[in-house]
Amino acid sequence: MSTIALYNDQGGAEAAVEAGQENSSSTGGAAFGLFSSDFKKNEDLKEMLESNKESLKLDAMKRVVGLISKGKNASELFPAVVKNVASKNIELKKLVYVYLVRYAEEQQDLALLSISTFQRALKDPNQFIRGSALRVLSSIRVPIIVPIMMLAIKEAAADLSPYVRKTSAHAIQKLYSLDPDQKEQLIEVIEKLLKDKSTLVAGSVVMAFEEVCPDRIDLIHKNYRKLCNLLVDVEEWGQVVIISMLTRYARTQFTSPWKEGAIFDENNDKAFYDSDSEEKKDTTEAKPYIMDPDHRLLLRNTKPLLQSRNTAVVMCVAQLYWHLAPTQEVNIVTKSLVRLLRSHREVQYIVLQNIATMSIQRKGMFEPYMKSFYVRSTDATHIKTLKLEILTNLANEANISTILREFQTYVKSQDKAFAAATIQAIGRCATNITDVTDTCLSGLVLLLSNRDETVVAESVVVIKKLLQTQPTQHSEIIKHMAKLFDNITVSMARASILWLMGEYCDRVPKIAPDVLRKMAKTFTAEEDIVKLQTVNLAAKLYLTNSKQTKLLTQYILNLGKYDQSYDIRDRTRFIRQLIVPNEKSGALNKYARRILLAPKPAPVLESSFKDRERFQLGTLSHSLNTKAAGYQELSDWPAVAPDQSVRNVEVIEPVQEWAPSVGKTKKSGKPKSADKFYSDDEEEKEEEGSESSKDSSSSSSSSEESGSESEEESSEESEKTSSDSGKSSSGSEKSSSESETEPKKKKKTKKAPQKKSKPPAAFSDSDENGNGPVAQASSSSAESSSGSETDSEDSDPPATPQKKKDVKSKPKAEVKSKVEVSLLDLVDFSPAPTNAPKSSVISSSLLSDLEGLSLSNISSTMQVTTPSFGPVKTYELLHHMTGKGLSAKYHFPRQPCLYEPSMVAVQVILTNSSDHSLEEIHIGERSPAGLNIHCFNTIERLEPEASVTVSMGIDFSDSTQAANFQLCTKEDQFSVSIQPAVGELLMPSSMTEQDYSKEQGKLLGMNETSATITMATANTSSQAISKQVLSVCNVGEVPSSQKSVHRFAGRTVSSGALVLVCLELKESSTALLTINTEKSVMASMLLRDLKQPLVQA
Amino acid sequence: MIHSLFLINHAGDIFLEKHWKSVISRSVCDYFFEAKEKAVEPENVPPVLQTPHHYLISIYRDKLFFLSVVQTEVPPLFVIEFLHRVADTIQDYFGECSESLINDNVVTVYELLEEMLDNGFPLATESNVLKEMIRPPTILRSVVNTLTGSSNVGDKLPTGQLSSIPWRRAGVKYTNNEAYFDVIEEIDAIVDKSGMTVFAEIQGVIEASVRLTGMPDLSMTFMNPSLLDDVSFHPCVRFKRWESERALSFIPPDGNFTLMNYHVSSQNLVTIPVYVKQNICFFETGPCGRLDITIGPKQTMGKTVEALMVTIHMPKAVLSANLTATQGNYTYDLATKVLVWDIGKLNPQKLPNLRGSLSLQSGAPKPEDNPSLNIDLKIQQVAISGLKVSRLEMNGEKYKPFKGVKYLTKAGNFQVRT
Repeated sequence: MSTIALYNDQGGAEAAVEAGQENSSSTGGAAFGLFSSDFKKNEDLKEMLESNKESLKLDAMKRVVGLISKGKNASELFPAVVKNVASKNIELKKLVYVYLVRYAEEQQDLALLSISTFQRALKDPNQFIRGSALRVLSSIRVPIIVPIMMLAIKEAAADLSPYVRKTSAHAIQKLYSLDPDQKEQLIEVIEKLLKDKSTLVAGSVVMAFEEVCPDRIDLIHKNYRKLCNLLVDVEEWGQVVIISMLTRYARTQFTSPWKEGAIFDENNDKAFYDSDSEEKKDTTEAKPYIMDPDHRLLLRNTKPLLQSRNTAVVMCVAQLYWHLAPTQEVNIVTKSLVRLLRSHREVQYIVLQNIATMSIQRKGMFEPYMKSFYVRSTDATHIKTLKLEILTNLANEANISTILREFQTYVKSQDKAFAAATIQAIGRCATNITDVTDTCLSGLVLLLSNRDETVVAESVVVIKKLLQTQPTQHSEIIKHMAKLFDNITVSMARASILWLMGEYCDRVPKIAPDVLRKMAKTFTAEEDIVKLQTVNLAAKLYLTNSKQTKLLTQYILNLGKYDQSYDIRDRTRFIRQLIVPNEKSGALNKYARRILLAPKPAPVLESSFKDRERFQLGTLSHSLNTKAAGYQELSDWPAVAPDQSVRNVEVIEPVQEWAPSVGKTKKSGKPKSADKFYSDDEEEKEEEGSESSKDSSSSSSSSEESGSESEEESSEESEKTSSDSGKSSSGSEKSSSESETEPKKKKKTKKAPQKKSKPPAAFSDSDENGNGPVAQASSSSAESSSGSETDSEDSDPPATPQKKKDVKSKPKAEVKSKVEVSLLDLVDFSPAPTNAPKSSVISSSLLSDLEGLSLSNISSTMQVTTPSFGPVKTYELLHHMTGKGLSAKYHFPRQPCLYEPSMVAVQVILTNSSDHSLEEIHIGERSPAGLNIHCFNTIERLEPEASVTVSMGIDFSDSTQAANFQLCTKEDQFSVSIQPAVGELLMPSSMTEQDYSKEQGKLLGMNETSATITMATANTSSQAISKQVLSVCNVGEVPSSQKSVHRFAGRTVSSGALVLVCLELKESSTALLTINTEKSVMASMLLRDLKQPLVQA
Repeated sequence: MIHSLFLINHAGDIFLEKHWKSVISRSVCDYFFEAKEKAVEPENVPPVLQTPHHYLISIYRDKLFFLSVVQTEVPPLFVIEFLHRVADTIQDYFGECSESLINDNVVTVYELLEEMLDNGFPLATESNVLKEMIRPPTILRSVVNTLTGSSNVGDKLPTGQLSSIPWRRAGVKYTNNEAYFDVIEEIDAIVDKSGMTVFAEIQGVIEASVRLTGMPDLSMTFMNPSLLDDVSFHPCVRFKRWESERALSFIPPDGNFTLMNYHVSSQNLVTIPVYVKQNICFFETGPCGRLDITIGPKQTMGKTVEALMVTIHMPKAVLSANLTATQGNYTYDLATKVLVWDIGKLNPQKLPNLRGSLSLQSGAPKPEDNPSLNIDLKIQQVAISGLKVSRLEMNGEKYKPFKGVKYLTKAGNFQVRT
């Protein structure tokens, strides 16, 4: 063997085949000889396999596989087959694999011959060959190769190809079942693979996790958010596995959303979830329940999967909502579950089982769909019974008449088992809904004259139960039943009537003894159950009416004494001792009356699905109503949520290729407390996360990535800045800063009184930090602002050294002062009340989880760079006075819109300044009618003093016409409008100077608008110019070789028309501002907007 | 997850077995046979069974049982859904799912099963991916194969598995580019004795047959999307676009597939296209009964009702039927007690009628209730809910495809109680 392996390693595939042939023909041939007599038929197969003709071999293998598929033994061909393992013919090879996997366990030594082939294939440059080699290698259940498998799995787990990594996840399970001792090592591999960001791997590795180490919940923490976000793009089977695992995870990590006061039990159930009730006590004094954002993330990301075509996925999401969602949200799964009822019979069966369990607790969920559960004559019996069960669960005072009418049809069904089940259902309705008890009872009595015996028998049994609940005015019915007694042959029914006679013998004093007389005649021929009840009846009558029945009773007791069944002999003996007083019977005799004639509690008729609720819905255990092997108990909610931060992921600083986005940087300037800062951000991230579907892929991933980076920086910065502000509030710096501040402020107020001035903060921050948030994205677009100081130096004319010094010092001072400015500003007009709910605190790193997750490949058609840094102004959308407490502000984050490339991204900060919570905040009517708005998802609830940031997309069609729409809450509607500044309708475009000139050449004449302006002296530095221009419009800077010329390029968001801005500095602080674009209206507006800040200092 | 699969025919013979983990003896099926015996009708066999060491999850389709063996907890729907996929795939490959066809193509089926699951976990279930790895047999190919000795196993590797759109294979080429969509709606209804509608709803499905070169990106919009109440999509449909614009935007799989299933919101009244006047009675005296059925058009939206058919499951006591039909033919199967009246086109001028006598087994009691009628019908060129496709656009490719949308209304589960 070892020599062969040696050959194989050194030589090529041919060598392996030859070696294999040699070996197997010698050793295997002998083994084959032993069995040849038994399997003469297969003799020719062996010859064919050993021939040199590929087609013969293939034919032989096909026949062999045919044998395997029929379950016939073909193991004696092993040696002949195994040497074809290295065949070049793919089909032959695959068939050999099939054979090998099937028989390797039985022929372990021979199977080893093939191993080297796979080992070699594991190193193949083609990922599919590597993958399939690992697949087969790990399927060979030969303990001796465990170390080889382990090694192969470890290697494959680090493979570059996600396909191979997926295969290794599968191999983990196989190895584990082969050798559980490898568990520890395998867990390491699982841990590694769980970090994988490929959608291909996610499902398989979670499957491996569930099989190998389902209890190691700690491995999931760091990957939780990633899995949630990946979910939509994972293949459907993986989705099922991941959702089930996450359901279990969530129940251990989050607190119960079924908070105090929530009406969980529409029914009579007191506390289905014990922990829940306990917890209620705990939390009553504590702060109101706030859902963990991770919990919300899971619910939000699974919701779209309800629309899956895969019924297993839909069911899985439904059970997730059932076990995890707040009470009022569970209802969204109803429609989808009802939809599944259109699917195959087997699917219906499982879904109906689950609905049956659900409908016990929550009638309301399915009541509107009651008619979907109406039985059809073509349904299979088990489907019919389940539908009946559900209809019974759904019955209430309002719909009972409809249901009973429906039941009437069922009772007449030809399927007698079903008819009997219907009668039981009627009985249940009658006990649950007291209004109809009498109607049901009389209906059932009518059924007693039914021709079919099973129907009658079932009716008797049910009537017996009903009478027990209200025995008073029903002697008529008992009499009626006594009359029927002779015709009823079903023993259960006979026994029931006998029991009724005995129990209520005082109401039918004349009839009961007569029935007993008849029974005495036929006693020996009756079934056991009837005999027992006869004895019972006799005893009761003896006690109440001994005069008439004494002899009869004795006769029956004597018959019973010699009965064949010892149960009956036993009972007879007991009854005799109990009722017939003699010297031996002791104290018991006195109590005979109390024992036998005690009032008995009425039986409770309840659903047979009652006890299934202990199992997780959708599981095999639930379906079977017993605990299946490997069933993982769903834990109760923890009373106190475990540490949330375990799910935070440290971000490894990605290579600086994406610039931090403007919006985020801006925020860093605000002196919010750290967590408030995050919280705002979190909302956005979640938005983005949920949006990161196929459509938005490339654009979103870039923005997300940039977001994550900026966060890190900004979190540091915000701290830094705030501490800075503390320190610097003394000394000369302060005074200088103040002096600077004054004019700044004035300018701002003049320009737009209600606008907030954040830009300087952003700017200075980036300077301090050293790496400017300038777009360096895909090309040589803008110069980084880290070099901005040197820029300013360079740009100054060297002829005026004195001036230079001035200019140089000025920006520096400015830089410092601006920090102060922003801080001071914020005291005055902090945008958007910053009291976001604590709940939204998730780790800052969620975004990083989103990187590169989506696999989709739709690229945005326009080549757009990440937005350059620039200021962001916040505008008021709705004042809290007009909005009855709801106030809204918006700003343009200047990011490519996630929803559609032609939309302008708008972020709206909604704040609830009222004292009550606002519900269902959403966007209502819009005008103009054709306005294309991507609305934010309805906000279910906004607590007082809380604020939330949501993203919208609006297609302004490159016009500054305001977008009017209604902002609605549950109660009110407010008309609001967003009027974009013309500069916000652009997005930066990157190009080289040559391209710029070329494009500019195409846009002359009508397409050119220009003006000569007198620049304020403060604005003559290139740094200041770009700052001013970028504050007005969202364009990208174009590198310029001339120092006096500044170029900017952008495209309109909607139509993608090029907009080129050029500022040429002339003598004595005049400058020529030129705008080239085919959108001439835009150009003139833009010119006006640009002029203003440049002229004023 | 899924340990083994057994295919069992109507008679209870195991004709194919496949194990994805270690081999499980086929004797495990005995528990299933026991349940099958007890259930009498194959439809009534419980889909989930428990045996001492295994769990059996089975589906019954096309007169075959697909029985899978699992050993541990697994969502039963997961297995059921997968088994139906197996049946779908077999049907897709060989035209129908029958014992003889599976036996004829046993090697291909085996290869398919091998690719569909790895260690019991679904690996490749998309028909486009599978077809790249294992080519479906065609007459031409089998001729070529026998002549040249080439095989059905694709030498290409399953690249589809890697792409973000696993449902579409790469490099699709057609000389005639065409995309056809069938909007098929089914009316589920229960009509009671008096002709009142007890329950009615419309379920729809859009079946697509797309043969387009390259990577087309299609989008379909509806005139009245608000009709759609609940929908489920093929994975290719971008859910976000649907949420925001109520438009179906997708890169289609190659070939035939179900684009979408929908349910028409229950607020809309369902138009019932036909009415049925029926009178079935069994006499107390003498072993006979009478049957009289007339069908007429109710609301047909100006279209002709076609392929009209009435199926009645008669009570066991009915021995034979002696009827006359003014239109179409009727058959009465003595063994299954099913009366089928195939009417064909409904002529509003001359309503079809079926009447005559039923003879009962002598001595048997009069049947308790009357059998219900199952109606089948088709109306071409109309979707009964009024749903209409307004536009179908294609992006991403230059050529102009041939596009078509067809509407069809059928009776789904249309039952008239008597």
